[in-house]
Amino acid sequence: MAKAEIRSPLPGTFYRRPAPDQPEFKADGADVAEGDTIGLVEVMKSFHEVPAEVSGKAITFLVEDAEPVTAGQVIAEVEA
Amino acid sequence: MKRLFIANRGEIAVRIVQAAKGLGLTTIQAHSQADADMLAVRLADEAVCIGPPPAAKSYLDIEAVVGAARAASADAVHPGYGFLAENGDFADAVTAAGMAFVGPSGDTIRMLGDKVTARRTAQAAGVPTVPGSDGRLADIDAARAVLEETGFPVMIKASAGGGGRGIRVARDQAEFERVFAQAAAEAKAAFGDGGLYVEKLVERARHVEVQILGDGENFIHCFERECSLQRRRQKVWEEAPAAGLPADLRQALCDSAVALARQVGYRGAGTVEYLYDESAQAFYFLEVNTRIQVEHPVTEMITGIDLVQEMLRIAAGERLSIRQEDVTVTGHAIECRINAEMPEKNFMPFPGTVSALSVPQGEGVRFDTMLYQGYTVPPYYDSLLGKLIVHGPDRATALERLRAALDALQIDGQPTTVALHAALARQDDVIANRFDTAFLESWLASDEAKSALTTKEKA
Repeated sequence: MAKAEIRSPLPGTFYRRPAPDQPEFKADGADVAEGDTIGLVEVMKSFHEVPAEVSGKAITFLVEDAEPVTAGQVIAEVEA
Repeated sequence: MKRLFIANRGEIAVRIVQAAKGLGLTTIQAHSQADADMLAVRLADEAVCIGPPPAAKSYLDIEAVVGAARAASADAVHPGYGFLAENGDFADAVTAAGMAFVGPSGDTIRMLGDKVTARRTAQAAGVPTVPGSDGRLADIDAARAVLEETGFPVMIKASAGGGGRGIRVARDQAEFERVFAQAAAEAKAAFGDGGLYVEKLVERARHVEVQILGDGENFIHCFERECSLQRRRQKVWEEAPAAGLPADLRQALCDSAVALARQVGYRGAGTVEYLYDESAQAFYFLEVNTRIQVEHPVTEMITGIDLVQEMLRIAAGERLSIRQEDVTVTGHAIECRINAEMPEKNFMPFPGTVSALSVPQGEGVRFDTMLYQGYTVPPYYDSLLGKLIVHGPDRATALERLRAALDALQIDGQPTTVALHAALARQDDVIANRFDTAFLESWLASDEAKSALTTKEKA
């Protein structure tokens, strides 16, 4: 099955939850619609949403919560 | 004082290292794991890693900073700005560990850091504060009495509100009578507390601030700065002196800042911030910042005083070497904050790698920066990369030099706000000194700004 990639638009720290006490934007294996927020990137003391540019099934995250990411790095894959 | 520990990063750490070296001090630069290759580390005599990249685990960790400073046998600690610079407990911890804190005492920092205490202290020193009810009002009769002092327009605020919630504006007596009753009912419904207070609404206000220096016994001012060009309450562009401020008001403003410094026995460099109502020719106390400020260079450019070196001398126990009559203003200075942001994408921060850097060298031009060719800006801290400062015999010449310097400043590989400043330096209202604290955000929403920031033309 073809995989589609979701990349970070900017460098920073990747978070899977909107706040530490809230649930993840997307659980492992969840389906994703184009435009859905899959996480946040914190850069220079501000937070930016990471939107999915594609729709797909069964999301797999390649980056752990609170890990550093670079611009263009693949954060997650979905089955397209 | 022989060994100075610098508990900060970025451009201000570079500034402090250079000032300290000028006084013959040995410099010990603190850095997080993400900052091992920063410019201040390269320039300092020694460097110490104080923790992991997140500021909470390094630059904001009092135990880590004080422990590292002691282990490095430092005898003084400069906190810079931000991070722990206005944390009274940090100042106390540095002093308790047997080192000098480059700034006022922990007690002074705490007193001026508390809004209510600071306002009372300012009033006691005779500094004008925004007229209003000191606390909640018993009823509408008490409110009417306050109006004699405030005039119109006034803000009616819910005691239990905050962050702009529960604020109503009344522009005349009839509107006030109507709105006050509504506001009380709304506050009761929204917050379960109908308590209200009233404060004068200062419209079209400018932000002006006065630089002060004190050694605990002697207190002087180094005139004022104008910092009205702000975005999201962050200063973007600063000038000194405040163009168009009448001489008698300038005198009253600066005298009031010195009176406040004397009131608290201030020790170090500080800034008293004010709202300035240009149409009413009145100024009101906002707050005191008990540290060096980002925009201190514009004051240095017009007075010739090295504020960071003065701070270090005071911390070493020296008396203030400058008398008030020695402080004079020469010409005009403007500072532009160069941030790692993309103005054309709603100022999204974007840390990159500097592939090429070319800094303008013209007359009256100064560039305080953390950048060097090949440097990769870390994503963990604020977006300030540096400050371009120009000085000229008058404001028009300073603006002319600023336009030339901005056009000559080349930073490749790292998005910056240079294009914003290049546009502002050519904007009619900015050139005519016609702006207040609301100007920049409304201008940014205009078509003029949008075309100026997207075309990026280089004239």
